Amino acid sequence: MASLTRRRLIGGLAPLVGAAAAARLAGVSPAGAAKHEHGATAGAAPGHAANHAAFRRGGRVDHRANGFDPHAILRDFDAGTVRREGGRTVREWTVVAEDKEIEVAPGVKFAAWAFNGRVPGPTLRAREGERLRIRFVNGSTHPHTIHFHGIHAAAMDGVPGLGAGLVQPGERTVYEFDADPFGLHVYHCHTPPLASHIAKGLHGAFLIDPKEERPPADEMVMVLNGFDTNFDRSNEVYAANSIPFAYMDEPIRVRQNELVRIYLANMLEFDLVNSFHLHGNFFQYFPTGTSLQPAEFTDTVMQCQGQRGILEWRFPQKGKFMFHAHQSEFTELGWVGFFEVV
Amino acid sequence: MEARAATREAGIRFGRVPAWVLGALPLLLAALAIGGFAALGGPGLGERAGPPVEELAFERTVLEPGRIVLHVRNDGPDPVQVAQVTVNDGFAQFAMDGTEIGQLGSREIAVEYPWVEGEAYEVALLTSTGGTIAHEVPVAVETPDTDVGFLGLLALLGVYVGVIPVALGMLWLPFVGRVGENWVRVLLAITVGLLGFLALDATLEAVEIAGEGAAVLGGAALPFLGAALAYLALTGVDAHLRARAGRARDAGAAGATLALLVAVGIGLHNLGEGLAIGSAYAIGALALGAFLVVGFAIHNTTEGLAIVAPLAGGRPRLRRLVGLGLIAGAPAILGAWIGAVAFNPALAAFLIGAGAGAILQVILQLMPSLRDRAGRALTPATVAGIAGGAAIMYVTGLLVSL
Repeated sequence: MASLTRRRLIGGLAPLVGAAAAARLAGVSPAGAAKHEHGATAGAAPGHAANHAAFRRGGRVDHRANGFDPHAILRDFDAGTVRREGGRTVREWTVVAEDKEIEVAPGVKFAAWAFNGRVPGPTLRAREGERLRIRFVNGSTHPHTIHFHGIHAAAMDGVPGLGAGLVQPGERTVYEFDADPFGLHVYHCHTPPLASHIAKGLHGAFLIDPKEERPPADEMVMVLNGFDTNFDRSNEVYAANSIPFAYMDEPIRVRQNELVRIYLANMLEFDLVNSFHLHGNFFQYFPTGTSLQPAEFTDTVMQCQGQRGILEWRFPQKGKFMFHAHQSEFTELGWVGFFEVV
Repeated sequence: MEARAATREAGIRFGRVPAWVLGALPLLLAALAIGGFAALGGPGLGERAGPPVEELAFERTVLEPGRIVLHVRNDGPDPVQVAQVTVNDGFAQFAMDGTEIGQLGSREIAVEYPWVEGEAYEVALLTSTGGTIAHEVPVAVETPDTDVGFLGLLALLGVYVGVIPVALGMLWLPFVGRVGENWVRVLLAITVGLLGFLALDATLEAVEIAGEGAAVLGGAALPFLGAALAYLALTGVDAHLRARAGRARDAGAAGATLALLVAVGIGLHNLGEGLAIGSAYAIGALALGAFLVVGFAIHNTTEGLAIVAPLAGGRPRLRRLVGLGLIAGAPAILGAWIGAVAFNPALAAFLIGAGAGAILQVILQLMPSLRDRAGRALTPATVAGIAGGAAIMYVTGLLVSL
């Protein structure tokens, strides 16, 4: 602004100007005197510091209109349908890609691409060694694929130019491979432009349980993501399971002393890293979930794009405990929530 | 030949119709055509492709303890839904009347934010389509309350910046009366230089400010509209004064008219200067305001010279001199009030542009007075004077702007 440039320059020229006259003028100004009293407190509104960053009061995303609720996604594991073929367990799913407008913040609509009508897509859960068969239907108006992380044949990799390659609108294909190795993996569309196809919603968690079962626990999946609503290749909102502040508005209820297990995968685009930080507690961390021995006992874990792991802990005390990205910017743009221990 | 005959025939036929009907007929037909077009839903035209165009202009920002209040105007062709607000990459609570801002509509958006004095903030409005419209607060400083004391302070500021310097500059009158005819021409040339510099400076500033305002309210055209209107208005005033002076046959009347025109032009200019000072005060140039005042005072003293230079030949009465000083200087007070209380980029651009137009008119009025006996206006002496005047403004202008 012109006046600011002016202001700065005047400041620089101050010594040149008649200092006595200036001092007199400054002394005359009652506003000048009042300002100094303000210095220490300006901006600090009483009571406001007690509030967290949040959407405009009373605003909630309409989960019903979106067709998915982040609280339901949390504990929703899709085991598919199981059949026996030649003495072997075969697990099958049908995954449909579609264009879908979703509300990513109260009053803010985003033209997403979704697997099975939700973002993140269904959490596909299998057991180590099973044969997996995923029927992919492209109901979108754009070509898509599903690229699974895991050990499989090149033709089943879900990238352009290999196997079925790009699946055109209205077409379908089948991806088939063994559930190997056990751990927490992800799947996502691999159509160029890649960042855009992932960021618009075509991503999800892919969980392979070990043959030897993990201890029973209250299991939840959190896919970390965000939305670039103005297409400037940086995100306007951040969340676990798509909807910002959803677990602030309604905390995740867990039981005291019960083992909590979080399947955590970072599918955020445009930002290089993401993280998970737990308040008032520490957790065991199993990177990629490929070992049954934890690698770290910590309260903060960092994940780059596509990285994932399993977290386990118990809450010894009742109360509300916060969790969020330790990138404070992500926190205040929506990626924050509460566990309520009862 | 045939065509001309046909026209004459048509003319005869229309001759029986009253003139007002002929005048109203095209308007009536246009209204019918527009009405029919609208009633039929614009046949042949499809809906505009693509998402709505969202444009908002931030006309004014007020900082109160714990709050940043934005005054925004919808600048674009479509309504804008403000869904959420972020401050420095964090969602913030805000109060606003509804969510939709209609075309040309304006709203006050009060954002709750514990801002810290002296820091910079980016307030972004997240619209229903996911678009963001950002506004920068370069240096956060509490906006002063506009109570009587504050208005009084601004009036004092206007007196310091406008009235006193102009009055001081007018004290050159005895000097102007004593020097010879050739020197008066040089002094008038210096005045032309001073005014030319001011006109250029004001035009550039007005165009810059216009860029911040709502484009739909005129944008970059506003300074030029203001300039044209002021130019025409002053030309009208000049013609009126000259007609009166012609009847009076007063010896010093031409000089007095010129002095009055210069005073009005400078007054309009000082209105714009007051605007700049008032808005600078309002956005927190408070401590440095004193230096701003000193700079403007030195800068404006030369304006007094411009007023008295045309009076060299006559013996004006004191009352007239005081009047001229007030016309030239007092608008700074009004400008400071408008600038601090109701700053609006569109209005400011218009007013500062008007100042530039007024000055341009005054320059054209002054030019004949530069003529020597041979009738040449641009002699080496007057050219040097013009250049010197511009140089004086440039140097004293360093105290207030760049």
